[in-house]
Amino acid sequence: MKKIFTIFLALGAFAFATGLEGGVEKQPLNVSAIVMFLVFVAGTLGITYWAAKRTKTAKDFYAAGGGITGFQNGLAIAGDYMSAASFLGISAMVYEKGYDGLIYSIGFLVGWPVILFLMSERLRNLGKYTFADVASYRLKQTPIRTLAAAGSVVTVLLYLIAQMVGAGQLIQMLFGLPYSSAVVLVGILMILYVTFGGMLATTWVQIIKAVLLLSGATFMALAVMVHFGFSPDALFAKAMEIKMTSADAAFKLASDANATAQAALASATSDANITALTDAATQASKKAANAAKEVKAASGILAPGGFLPDPISAISLGLALMLGTAGLPHILMRFFTVADAKEARKSVFYATGFIGYFYILTFIIGFGAIVMVYNNPQYIDLAKQAVEGGYPLLGGKNMPAIHLAQAVGGNFFLGFISAVAFATILAVVSGLTLAGASAISHDLYASVFRHGRVDEATEMKVSKMATLVLGILAIILGIIFEKQNIAFMVGLAFAVAASANFPVLFLSMFWKKLTTRGALIGGAMGLTTAIVLVILSPVVWVDVFKNAEAIFPYKHPALFSVTVAFFFTWLFSITDNSQSAKDEMAAFDAQDVRSQTGIGAEGAISH
Amino acid sequence: MNSDMIKDIMANPKYQELVQKRGRFAWILSLIVIVVYFSFVLIVAFDPKLLAIKLYGVTTLAIPVGVAIIIMSFVLTGVYVKRANSEFDDMVAEIKNSVKKG
Repeated sequence: MKKIFTIFLALGAFAFATGLEGGVEKQPLNVSAIVMFLVFVAGTLGITYWAAKRTKTAKDFYAAGGGITGFQNGLAIAGDYMSAASFLGISAMVYEKGYDGLIYSIGFLVGWPVILFLMSERLRNLGKYTFADVASYRLKQTPIRTLAAAGSVVTVLLYLIAQMVGAGQLIQMLFGLPYSSAVVLVGILMILYVTFGGMLATTWVQIIKAVLLLSGATFMALAVMVHFGFSPDALFAKAMEIKMTSADAAFKLASDANATAQAALASATSDANITALTDAATQASKKAANAAKEVKAASGILAPGGFLPDPISAISLGLALMLGTAGLPHILMRFFTVADAKEARKSVFYATGFIGYFYILTFIIGFGAIVMVYNNPQYIDLAKQAVEGGYPLLGGKNMPAIHLAQAVGGNFFLGFISAVAFATILAVVSGLTLAGASAISHDLYASVFRHGRVDEATEMKVSKMATLVLGILAIILGIIFEKQNIAFMVGLAFAVAASANFPVLFLSMFWKKLTTRGALIGGAMGLTTAIVLVILSPVVWVDVFKNAEAIFPYKHPALFSVTVAFFFTWLFSITDNSQSAKDEMAAFDAQDVRSQTGIGAEGAISH
Repeated sequence: MNSDMIKDIMANPKYQELVQKRGRFAWILSLIVIVVYFSFVLIVAFDPKLLAIKLYGVTTLAIPVGVAIIIMSFVLTGVYVKRANSEFDDMVAEIKNSVKKG
């Protein structure tokens, strides 16, 4: 094993080295970022080596031996949730739209209390390694585990593609590495962490990254608040002023240019002249329109804007975020890494605190970036500005937090935040891959394919092979999807988690009359409905397939697909009169007693 | 666990008290979160002007409301964990003891 470890290390170093050569022309190398990132990689590989020596049984591999404390697990859960996408994406949303960014992050947070009140301790008392353990507790193993594994793998792959593509683009931007080497590097490191260190290494990588990210974000938010004497109102006022004056100036400039262009076009005589002038006039009016949009947006950054255009979208997104969180396999898996229900509860308490704190920081960071980055020529893509007008950022829309890091802490701190963003991606993809590999080895291979007649060593070997396959698949998909519009993928992952995983899991714990037939049909219907509706919705049908109008008008399908899942689960359960259905209902009492008290639970204190 | 033991536990008044008390507590807290959050989302969808009311300087009502929902989520998890890790866990321990004796 040591040998393979060394080979992988060499491969990783190779990918990194080739990456550096190719990247020099593309972007200036950020030396402090690379040094700090290498320190992070060396540290986490050290942890992986330490964890590998402690990972001997299946329980070690899937659940870190059940020895993670509530506080550590809270940090790890928060780490899973604070992906690079949410750090850069939400601060960028605040930067662009102001308050709407906060509405979005609140949706991501409110699922947590509900998971704590209704699910976390039951999950801990019933499950072993995956949420399929719980869903199939009293139902038929083969169909229910297959369904749960399908839901897990689909969710994991969608999330993984989104993370890999984001990783490639971000690393290309920050470190000057070519896209494909960045994706290969992330893939190799993630395979190393998971195959050798299992859940123990994955958890500690996540904890370290969560601490680094929270510290970095805290420093940025403090730097912003110090600047304004800790008066949020002064920060908001300045941000609004900057947005308004810059937007007004841009609008004036653009409309003047537009007027000149139109006048020139009107008095043009020769044909050649007309073509050139028409182009100039079109461009000028496009700029003016963009600027007008910015003026309108600038005045509303402290109140809800157009983020939730109608009640159905609002409820649908709310449901997807709330129930989707409770159906994400890599998050649910974390409840099996703690010793008992008490620690499981504590982990949600800490996680909610860290995540809530993090969202407040991203809100401050977004507004701070408006003040320090928005019309600062240092961070503006001047070439793009000349064409489109407005204030396009260097590196694209997701860069406000990165530029703010430079503005408040100079190049050294910029390097730190870049390294943390890279570390964040690594940690999140590792957790996802472990969840996917567990679904394949523990649910599909050990339970469905071998009917539980398999020794631990073989199951772990399959799990490591699954990790390798998922890792390579993630690299390939990451490269295939490089130029694709992948904005819908995280939304789709949440919709699938809410519509396929959550209903079956929830009803298996709370509803005595749930039968295998109901769970199977309802879960499959939820999965299909979510995927079909997303394909027919504006985010795929219009943005990806370039059709003029969407067949399904809403961006978020959860309201419909979750309803479909619950309805068909109910219908096909209550009409199930088979003997096996009666046995499954009769087995509910034993399950319920265990879920309420933990008597007989895996890893509970023996008496 | 055999089925006699399960019947015993289910007949245990302490167990029934635990299930009833904890169940009610958990559902009430969940409902608070769900009602607060969906009211907020529906106000955003139906009447965003309501949240645009200025409170102090340029600060609007929307800001404290948003921050309050985040703080409420955290505080409610704390309230639940405190009661569950003391009162409810004590009841579970009592039930486990009576199972051992019985």
